Amino acid sequence: MKRSVIRLENVWKVYKMGDTHVNALQGLHLDIKEGEFLAIMGPSGSGKSTAVNMIGCLDVPTKGRIMLDQHDISRLDESELAQIRGRKIGFIFQQFNLIPTLTALENVTLPMIFQGTGEGERISRAKKLLGLVELGERIYHKPTELSGGQQQRVAIARSLANDPEVILADEPTGNLDSKTGSIVIDFLKRLHKADGKTIIMVTHDAALSRVAERVEFLKDGKIVKSLNNK
Amino acid sequence: MIYDYFKVGISNLIHRKMRSWLTMVGIFIGIAAVVGLISLGQGMEEAIKNIFFQIGSDKLLVTAKTGQRFSGPPGSSAAANLTTHDMAAIKRVNGVDKVGGRLIKSAKLEFNREVRFYFVASMPDDQEGRELVTAANRYEAESGRLLKRGDRFKAVIGHDVANKGIFKTKRIELGNKIKISDVDFEAVGILKKSGNPQQDRVIIIPEDALREVLGIDEDALDVIAVQAAKGVDINQASQNIERELRRERDVEEGKEDFEIQTPQQILETLGNILTMVKIVLIGIASISLLVGGIGIANTMYTAVLERTKEIGIMKSVGAQNKDILIIFLIESGLLGLTGGAIGVGIGMGLSKLVEIAATNFLGTSLIKAFFPWYLILGALTFSFLIGAISGLLPARQAALLKPVDALRYE
Repeated sequence: MKRSVIRLENVWKVYKMGDTHVNALQGLHLDIKEGEFLAIMGPSGSGKSTAVNMIGCLDVPTKGRIMLDQHDISRLDESELAQIRGRKIGFIFQQFNLIPTLTALENVTLPMIFQGTGEGERISRAKKLLGLVELGERIYHKPTELSGGQQQRVAIARSLANDPEVILADEPTGNLDSKTGSIVIDFLKRLHKADGKTIIMVTHDAALSRVAERVEFLKDGKIVKSLNNK
Repeated sequence: MIYDYFKVGISNLIHRKMRSWLTMVGIFIGIAAVVGLISLGQGMEEAIKNIFFQIGSDKLLVTAKTGQRFSGPPGSSAAANLTTHDMAAIKRVNGVDKVGGRLIKSAKLEFNREVRFYFVASMPDDQEGRELVTAANRYEAESGRLLKRGDRFKAVIGHDVANKGIFKTKRIELGNKIKISDVDFEAVGILKKSGNPQQDRVIIIPEDALREVLGIDEDALDVIAVQAAKGVDINQASQNIERELRRERDVEEGKEDFEIQTPQQILETLGNILTMVKIVLIGIASISLLVGGIGIANTMYTAVLERTKEIGIMKSVGAQNKDILIIFLIESGLLGLTGGAIGVGIGMGLSKLVEIAATNFLGTSLIKAFFPWYLILGALTFSFLIGAISGLLPARQAALLKPVDALRYE
């Protein structure tokens, strides 16, 4: 039995919208093992995004526990969560979310700045990572000078900056055509296979979910179905 | 780490260009005003102190109080207010070392067939008086010489008088003759420019000659210069002289018909005026700085809104609240600092211009721009702080944004 990296235990998230309460998550259970490639699927409004926020330590639950390496992080404050995010989790977003004023290289070094990594090490590591995603020639380009696929590869390089255990990809191909999308997926597969990273990918694309070892189907803030692709 | 934040801040500022510049306007006007004013005020103080230092703080002047016994300025009345008896009395006062009497009279002057009415001042004929008057006024010959014992119808000409300041048709050269009350005087010396208009527009002739050509009473004097003995407190000497003169001239305390001016008094009066002017102007400058600060705060609030998404991204890659706070504070501080640096430059330029204008058009060396390092450093630090303080609230707002909300912001 492999070790749990992240475990959500009976997680509830309730949003107040005026007088009504919206239950985005309703007792979500999810156990993510070390080195696993997990896909989370579900229609819009199923609570996928809220689940990603919980797994990514971007938000805390209204009720329930989130265990990260056996520690409950659901009661930590913003700064402690930020530290955990910076070290443990690499984000890949649908919108790429690169900082437009910074070059590809600077975008990749950014997470390392917040961990206090020295400048020389930052730059050499960022260059290496950009080489890994085959963008070694474009490191001084700004995001606007890069195609969508290239931007997403910069984002992949950035997610690896602090060598996190978990890569959290939220609809990573949602803004890409199928060809560039499959390149991005190939990189994720490689990270999983070659580097042993734990990959959590959120998608609504059934075809895409087949690359994952396990698929969890989310509906109304709960897991309604699990599928093992192994 | 802080160094990295500075880099981020600078790149953000460069990216915003026009708005950054506009934001700085308020700061640089304020800082320019402060730097300009302080540098000129300080320079003026230095110049005045310097002059008094050169004259010496051991000298004082006794003059008749104008507007009491006589209605005109000194020299306008036929009878002088002070007398040689007064001078002798002062000389006897305890603590007085040297005395020198002078007459300052208006007279009909003629040079190159140009007739003017202007002031003529006397130079004492005795050695002691001549030395004292020369030192107190810092008379120095630019060409020729000063007056000496035995001179009779000789004159020393002030710099501006020689250079068409009074006689417009021709410059006065050494050896030229000037008619004073229809008597020829030979120019034997021309004074160096002092920057003090009173001193640059003077004609000095021997005391005896002045009395003779203008028909002045033998014992009349307009000004008595006094030098206190070494180690004597100048204010004490001033009081002693006052007491002695009251007795000599038979006037009651509080009804004196004479005035004693010590350098300290003049310095203090000037200093008070300067301080008042500075306070008022710095008050105006502070308002400008306040407005500038509000401008920075406004720009930073806009920046927080604009960059909400970026803040979310930075938080998602591990930026803590304090990191975001510092980045925004540095950015607003840099806005202030850059504005301040430009302001310092403008302020220095302005005060230098004022100095040049004053020297060339007013002929005074009293207005001097003065840039001590602490003024420049202080202005820069201050402008950085104004920027940082103005950015405090916007930066706090940015820091406290929830990462989920910030990421969702478009």
